[in-house]
Amino acid sequence: MTSQQPPFAVEKSLDKWPLQIQGEIVSVEGTDSVACRLLEMGILEGEPIRILGYAPLGDPMEIRLRDFQLSLRLSEAQRVTVRTAPLPVD
Amino acid sequence: MDTFDKGSGPTHGKPFQVALLGNPNTGKTTLFNALSGLRHRTGNYPGVTVEVRKGALKASFNGTDHDIDLLDLPGTYSLAARSPDELLAVDVVTGCFGESSRPDALVCMADASNLERSLYLFSQAVELGVPVVLALSMVDLAAKQGIKVDTRKLSEQLGLAVIAVNATKGTGLRELKAAIIEAALGKVAPNAQMLPEAVKSTQAELAKAWNCHPGFVLRALVDEGGEAEKRLTAQKGATAVAELQAARQKLTTQHQIALPVLEPRCRYPWIRKQVAGTVERSQNNQKGFTEKADRWLVHPFYGTGIFLLIMLFFFQAIFVLAKPVMEWLGELTDGLASWLGGQLGPGPFNSLVCEGVIPGVGAVLVFLPQILILFAFMGVLEDCGYMARAAFLMDRLMARCGLSGKAFIPLLSSLGCAVPGILSTRVIENRRDRLAAIVVAPLMSCSARLPVYVLLTGAFLSQTWWLPGLTLFGLYMIGFVVAPLVAWTLKSTLLAGEKPIFMLEMPPFRVPAVKVVARRMVEAAWEFLARAGTLILASMVVVWALLHYPSTTPDGKYWPEVIEESKGEDRLVLLEQWKSNTILARVSRSLDPLWAPVGWDWRIGAAALASFPAREVVVASLGIVFGQDPEWEETAVGDESEKRLASRLQEAKRADGSRLFTIPTALSLLVFVALCCQCVSTLAVMARETRSWKWPAFTFAYMTTLAYLGAILVFQVGTMLEGWIRP
Ligand SMILES: Nc1nc2c(ncn2[C@@H]2O[C@H](COP(=O)(O)OP(=O)(O)O)[C@@H](O)[C@H]2O)c(=O)[nH]1
Repeated sequence: MTSQQPPFAVEKSLDKWPLQIQGEIVSVEGTDSVACRLLEMGILEGEPIRILGYAPLGDPMEIRLRDFQLSLRLSEAQRVTVRTAPLPVD
Repeated sequence: MDTFDKGSGPTHGKPFQVALLGNPNTGKTTLFNALSGLRHRTGNYPGVTVEVRKGALKASFNGTDHDIDLLDLPGTYSLAARSPDELLAVDVVTGCFGESSRPDALVCMADASNLERSLYLFSQAVELGVPVVLALSMVDLAAKQGIKVDTRKLSEQLGLAVIAVNATKGTGLRELKAAIIEAALGKVAPNAQMLPEAVKSTQAELAKAWNCHPGFVLRALVDEGGEAEKRLTAQKGATAVAELQAARQKLTTQHQIALPVLEPRCRYPWIRKQVAGTVERSQNNQKGFTEKADRWLVHPFYGTGIFLLIMLFFFQAIFVLAKPVMEWLGELTDGLASWLGGQLGPGPFNSLVCEGVIPGVGAVLVFLPQILILFAFMGVLEDCGYMARAAFLMDRLMARCGLSGKAFIPLLSSLGCAVPGILSTRVIENRRDRLAAIVVAPLMSCSARLPVYVLLTGAFLSQTWWLPGLTLFGLYMIGFVVAPLVAWTLKSTLLAGEKPIFMLEMPPFRVPAVKVVARRMVEAAWEFLARAGTLILASMVVVWALLHYPSTTPDGKYWPEVIEESKGEDRLVLLEQWKSNTILARVSRSLDPLWAPVGWDWRIGAAALASFPAREVVVASLGIVFGQDPEWEETAVGDESEKRLASRLQEAKRADGSRLFTIPTALSLLVFVALCCQCVSTLAVMARETRSWKWPAFTFAYMTTLAYLGAILVFQVGTMLEGWIRP
């Protein structure tokens, strides 16, 4: 299955993207410890990202960053803004 | 906290103190085992619940041998501590911990296939003023993914030793040990500048004011609301807190530094700079195997299906695979008991050995094969990376009932034994979440329940080939269903509060290492056997005594002798006469009104009562009350194949001559065992982990109540249904 990449760059928070979208992280919102945890785990501005899937009942979601895969809940994913990018993830 | 300057250089012959630090899943345990061999022990540290293993090893450098004490710290992504256990790593590396002095060197483990992320912890470690060696694992995996790390260049860039190791193959270990010694002898701490000058100077000022290690101060300063701050508040009081607040305020207003996110924002650019030019990626546009496999394994529909299939397959496998070995072991203990019985001559001691000790330990030993299979299965699932997928699939469900997806792994390992399960709830940072997981962990069907399950399922519920597997599956499902319900109730009453953060790395799939799995199996088996040898044996002896005395007939003869002298069929009647007058039987019979609603008689009641200290005993106590003495049986029943306890239970009669065990009776006993908290070890561990007797007491009370009510429900409904089917 190939992803249906939108023809132009779109910015939305991570929890709103459909499956298999490739993108680039634009920003991680907040200066609190939740933001710190996201950043520590390598969810950083400029990193390529792909949405791999959602668990039963739609939450949590699994994402792929450049070198590893991670799952997080939508409530945290909401803080991450992603822009579709033509860059491949691998 | 004020011991930071305790680190004295090692004198001749004194072992170097070295701590091993790294992210989870980087191969840290494998490296520790490869380095220290079997010579390690688990440290027990007051106030923390994580296990810290300590190993001793020898290393040679420049022709001289040195001793190293290696400390294996719990795997973590960052030194930012959100729980007392996470603070342990900070304590150890700053030398604030217990009697240990500051380490002479740190070994940081990083995953070559995921270098930047795993260097984050390293970037925190290099600031601690201790020599650091970087060990790179998974170099082979990285190469397969087209990632090549130039260790020489990286070493030059960082100014410290970078050693590629493969602990599974044993390569690079000698070089690593030599590098550790060189670093420890050199005493040169890395010099890295990542944080802004303002933060550095504030850190130094506060460290001086509080007489604390700067490493600890940084944690208190940066991690707002974190564990280090809590510790500081508790130990240094209000003035320190005020100073901390003022310092933070100053950094925020005067220097525009956003504190909690300061670290990643400063460290990652540094890491990228170090890594640039040392990591080569061949352009490889293929999705990795892990990603492809995940399309299926975490799919909401297929993934859940696969998950359920794996579980079902596993329970059936336990039943089928372990059976022949169990039968053979059963024969062996029976044989041993009757042989020893012949050697010892009659008397209470004979009875103690043949009826108490041997069947008691034997009944436990018999289930060793199943425990080995269980832990093999768990080990494979964990090591191949599937466990994280299971947590992912289950998270929403778990979250619904107030548990974290991370609680899934502890609950799943409670299927082996609640004790390691409760210990592994330490991965859950949130205290309320953790308590909820601890309190429901004993509801999961542990391997000690398996003996009863297998016995009763085999005796009463194996009319068709699929029925035993299904029953077993159903019994395990009780735990899977009831535990979340209890957790939900708790989280909406006693443990109510806001939802914590959940983030879980999904490790790449890999072929599980035989060594890792085998080690888990051996450790589990050993622990189980040690328990069989102590607690279970002790309770078996007590149970035996309670079911042996008074051992004289009304006219003053010794019961076993009377039975010995009598003929064939009489024996069982006499046996029952004797047993029904023993202490435990009297207690149990006085509780008859309690047993009636669940369809038991005093014998089943006695076995249930006897197994409160350790449920492993339940099968053996059934053996004692139902007269599973090999000698009597051989003459009384005769037929070899009917020697088994199962057939004894099938034949047991009530006072009115009807069969004691109907399917509803068997089921009610099964459900009771499934839900009841019959394990002193679990309660003791729970008390240790929660540091109060309140939670174990609560757990005991609610589980016993649930078990009894569940047994009533099953028996009453079962009897009704049976009435409809066979009017
Ligand atoms: N391919 C490869 N596998 C490794 C290497 N080091 C460890 N492993 C495997 O990685 C898995 C996880 O290792 P473990 O020590 O349990 O990781 P920990 O979570 O960091 O303690 C095990 O199956 C090891 O056999 C390595 O250098 N290369």
